[in-house]
Amino acid sequence: MLLVSTFIIYKSIVCVAAFAVALGVAAYSTWIERKFSAVLQDRKGPNRAGPFGLLQPLADGVKMFMKEEIIPNVSNKFLFILGPSLAMLTACMTGAIIPWGKDFVAADGTAYALQVTDINIGFLYLFGVVSIGVYGIMIGGWASNNKYSLLGAIRASSQMISYEIAMGLSIIALIMTTGSLSFREILNQQDAGLCNFCYQPLGFLIFFICALAETNRAPFDLPECETELVGGYHTEYSSMKLGFYLFAEYINMFVSSAVLAGVYFGGYNFPFAKEFYETCGIAEGSALMSLIGFLVYFMKVIGFILLFMWIRWTLPRFRYDQLMDLGWKKLIPLSILNIVVTGIVMGWKDIVALFN
Amino acid sequence: MNASNTPFDYFPLILMFIVAAGFVVFTMVVTHWLGPKRKTKIKLDTFECGIESKGNARVPFSIKYFLVAILFVLFDVEVIFMYPWAVNFKELGALGIIEMFSFIALLLVGFYYIIAKKALTWED
Repeated sequence: MLLVSTFIIYKSIVCVAAFAVALGVAAYSTWIERKFSAVLQDRKGPNRAGPFGLLQPLADGVKMFMKEEIIPNVSNKFLFILGPSLAMLTACMTGAIIPWGKDFVAADGTAYALQVTDINIGFLYLFGVVSIGVYGIMIGGWASNNKYSLLGAIRASSQMISYEIAMGLSIIALIMTTGSLSFREILNQQDAGLCNFCYQPLGFLIFFICALAETNRAPFDLPECETELVGGYHTEYSSMKLGFYLFAEYINMFVSSAVLAGVYFGGYNFPFAKEFYETCGIAEGSALMSLIGFLVYFMKVIGFILLFMWIRWTLPRFRYDQLMDLGWKKLIPLSILNIVVTGIVMGWKDIVALFN
Repeated sequence: MNASNTPFDYFPLILMFIVAAGFVVFTMVVTHWLGPKRKTKIKLDTFECGIESKGNARVPFSIKYFLVAILFVLFDVEVIFMYPWAVNFKELGALGIIEMFSFIALLLVGFYYIIAKKALTWED
């Protein structure tokens, strides 16, 4: 058992590290996105700031800081500031439950988990915090007192709450097979054997589509549909408040990639991990093992982020009625079907026994 | 190793909140302090494609959005009902399956009703 003071220091370090990783990845996602879209559209992308434009995110950040912040005179000042703060806060809070690697066991035998915390209601916490994120957009759009902002905010919130139902339902089938809501336990169960994707391909697909809609990414980026709504809910925003909204989107994308990669694709586990660790002589609980696990997980996450971007630069935007039809009339029945099929397959023996 | 439910497990969430909130407040203050402040009346007007904005933006909007919000409240509560069942799925056995499937059937009746009533039809 750890001492209370050591516990607090260790958890603080993990918190700050998780936060810094999320911020760094989000910042460099903007760079990756611009380079990636440039490749897809046969352009060069950012190439002025530093080698390959690698300092571009820093330059963007400094620019955001130095710009004049404008609060329109008809807006609600307090809510106008609260909106982006809430969006950013919730985006950062969601990352708290993601286990980044195997436990690192110190010389005195204490295990240090590479995770802010492992709570047994991991998924409920995730959904709870994500739901609060809707408020960030809704409050911001409403406080602007601009017609475009309001329409964008209403669109965003009704889209996000619609897809939250399908998201919640698609995860239920997975929880039936794993029997736990804790992230760490779901990841550890994939230690040997197949990853959860092989058991729940339909659930993964639904969850992935919902993650796109929840993060307001294309093809579901109707809230910021330039052709009809100028800038959507952040039309009136400038300087770092706009930066917070954009940043929150990238952090959400990072966290949902991490959830997808962890829950459906094994996270820090990889095929033949045990054999690999044995041949290389890496001991269970060593720092090297944690590091390899972390890198494997991170590569999977980057893969998902690239997938998100590929989709954004390939597919056109949905129309609003198509978006709502897909969410309510297709994904919800499909995920209920997924639950029923999973239930019957898993409980077939019990059901047969009941009728004999 | 198992996920547990002690205050110790939830305490880091408070730390995370402090870190995130600290960053947000710090950034908001710094950006307010750094940026130039040359405000004019036109700059502080709300944006409306260059024309003068008329009236309040808080005008009535389509009832469909409100209906979606109400339906979300109903369905999300029912989704949350399924979580404890899903966690204990293996222990509950066949009886649990039958009970939850009858619940899902009732849910689908309500779902069919809202579709038949065209609550989710957007093109009119």
